[in-house]
Amino acid sequence: MERVDWCSETGGSMSMISAWRDRLHDWANRMPRLVQQPWMTRLPWVVRSEEDPARHGQQPLVPAASIAGRALVTVIAIMTFLAGLTAGAAQLVSEASAGWRSSVAREVTIQVRPAPARDVDADVARAVSLSRATPGVTAVRAYTRAESERLLEPWLGTGLNFDELPVPRIIVLQIDPERRPDFGALRRSLADTVRGATLDDHRLWIDRLGTMANTLVLLGIGIMILVLAATGLAVVFATRGAMAGNREIVEVLHFVGASDDYIAREFQKHFLRLGMRGGAIGGACAAVFFLGAGALAATVVATPGGTQIQALFGTIDLGGGGYLAIAAIASVVAGLTAIVSRLTVRRTLLELG
Amino acid sequence: MVRFENVGLRYGMGPEVLRDITFSIEPQSFQFLTGPSGAGKTTLLRLILPALKPTRGLINLFGHDVAGIEKDTLTALRRRMGVVFQDFRLLEHLTTYENVALPLRVQGRDETSYRAEVIELLRWVGLGERMHVMPPVLSGGEKQRAAIARALIAQPQLLLADEPTGNVDPTLARRLLRLFVELNKAGTAIVIATHDIALMDQFDGARRLVLGDGRLHVYD
Ligand SMILES: Nc1ncnc2c1ncn2[C@@H]1O[C@H](COP(=O)(O)OP(=O)(O)OP(=O)(O)O)[C@@H](O)[C@H]1O
Ligand SMILES: [Mg+2]
Repeated sequence: MERVDWCSETGGSMSMISAWRDRLHDWANRMPRLVQQPWMTRLPWVVRSEEDPARHGQQPLVPAASIAGRALVTVIAIMTFLAGLTAGAAQLVSEASAGWRSSVAREVTIQVRPAPARDVDADVARAVSLSRATPGVTAVRAYTRAESERLLEPWLGTGLNFDELPVPRIIVLQIDPERRPDFGALRRSLADTVRGATLDDHRLWIDRLGTMANTLVLLGIGIMILVLAATGLAVVFATRGAMAGNREIVEVLHFVGASDDYIAREFQKHFLRLGMRGGAIGGACAAVFFLGAGALAATVVATPGGTQIQALFGTIDLGGGGYLAIAAIASVVAGLTAIVSRLTVRRTLLELG
Repeated sequence: MVRFENVGLRYGMGPEVLRDITFSIEPQSFQFLTGPSGAGKTTLLRLILPALKPTRGLINLFGHDVAGIEKDTLTALRRRMGVVFQDFRLLEHLTTYENVALPLRVQGRDETSYRAEVIELLRWVGLGERMHVMPPVLSGGEKQRAAIARALIAQPQLLLADEPTGNVDPTLARRLLRLFVELNKAGTAIVIATHDIALMDQFDGARRLVLGDGRLHVYD
């Protein structure tokens, strides 16, 4: 290999640059042939001799750069971005709901309603000792009257005289999720010993949360299917456009003895490249979006509103799995692009023939 | 290897450009196809390719009737033919080298297996210095030589050349004709469409197929 001496006129003062150029040149030479891309021939330090294999490099038969190609890359990038957002959001929702459900499922509450002519405190004490005696209950905490009243403040406001209100008293039971207590038995013995006490195991809430989260995830999957379908259609149109635009090339390829299959493969390669580029851009944007949202949420957590967001959604952290899912979507989009374009080319060639 | 029987062709609703064409091209034969401009030389070559369907009559290529020919068979037939188009039809985004190598490349051959061959042919047609430029910067004559080289590279059994010397000077034309003659000696049947009388006179041994008024007259 030889190289151009594009620094020589400026003489020794450029020796540093030239040393660098030598290193780059060296590096370019050492790269295996597969890695040597056509664009590298445009780099000033890669000047090829005639016997250099890469100099005869094979340009793709379908011209790489075109306005329609760039438009398709943009469409694919947007679609991948949207699909990535959907997948990430679905993942966050399902994780958050799993988080709520497990924390909700670790607690049950007993409500003791005050009744006339009964000592509420005694009722609470009885319920507490009954709960303590139940296997699977790891901790029991009864809210004092003042605490129970404070729980109502957000709804009723401050400055109210609670003496006239029959404020129910709450007992929170922490339970061992591995060894859940027999709630039926606890409920029965509560009914026997403490009138006006009800046990709430949050089952209804957990079920509703689960249903809601599943609905959202299904919705996300539906949106992804729509997005993929739209991408597929865009690729069909783009392929037909590319074939019409490159009709001359297709014709010449036929005359020099290319089979339909070969031509379809060439178009497929072309669209796989576009699909990979679009998928990578869109996927990267989606990943950056979630990274940014996570960072933003982390700074907002310090504020009161932030804690609520965090309580709702947990931290906005996709985790490795989420980013992997985005990468998978990008790959699926690229693969889909290639396959759809190949099928379209084969169809179009059949119609032409 | 090519047989026409009572072939007629009209474009759309127009008049018949070719009428009752009956002739055949034998293996290893050499013929000029001639006639005034607009006589239908290009049209006749397009029927052999086949890039056109005849409006009537029978065309048989290498023993296959072109009506209802299978696509795979057609691909195989085209690999046995080389074509030089009147308007060259080089792919503009490929280098001269890549254009010339195209017939070998589409056969799925590895680039290293034919590189030396392609370079040698390019040198022979005087394009050794121009092999890494794209067709848009080639002169008319250079494009023509590239088109010829592309038609020859796969050593076809039948070579169809439409005005292959239309854009080159007489010396180069003679050189190119010699290339065709050498190829013919090596076993390729050759059809050269031309109205260059001087060129035809340089090779007396050739058949002449003369088109006029849509009909073909053969002079052996
Ligand atoms: N695609 C087409 N549609 C309609 N008419 C056509 C078409 N191609 C050619 N013709 C007509 O058919 C006739 C023969 O054309 P053709 O190109 O075969 O002539 P030619 O002998 O090759 O001429 P030249 O020597 O100028 O290249 C001409 O009258 C031309 O106008
Ligand atoms: Mg013509």
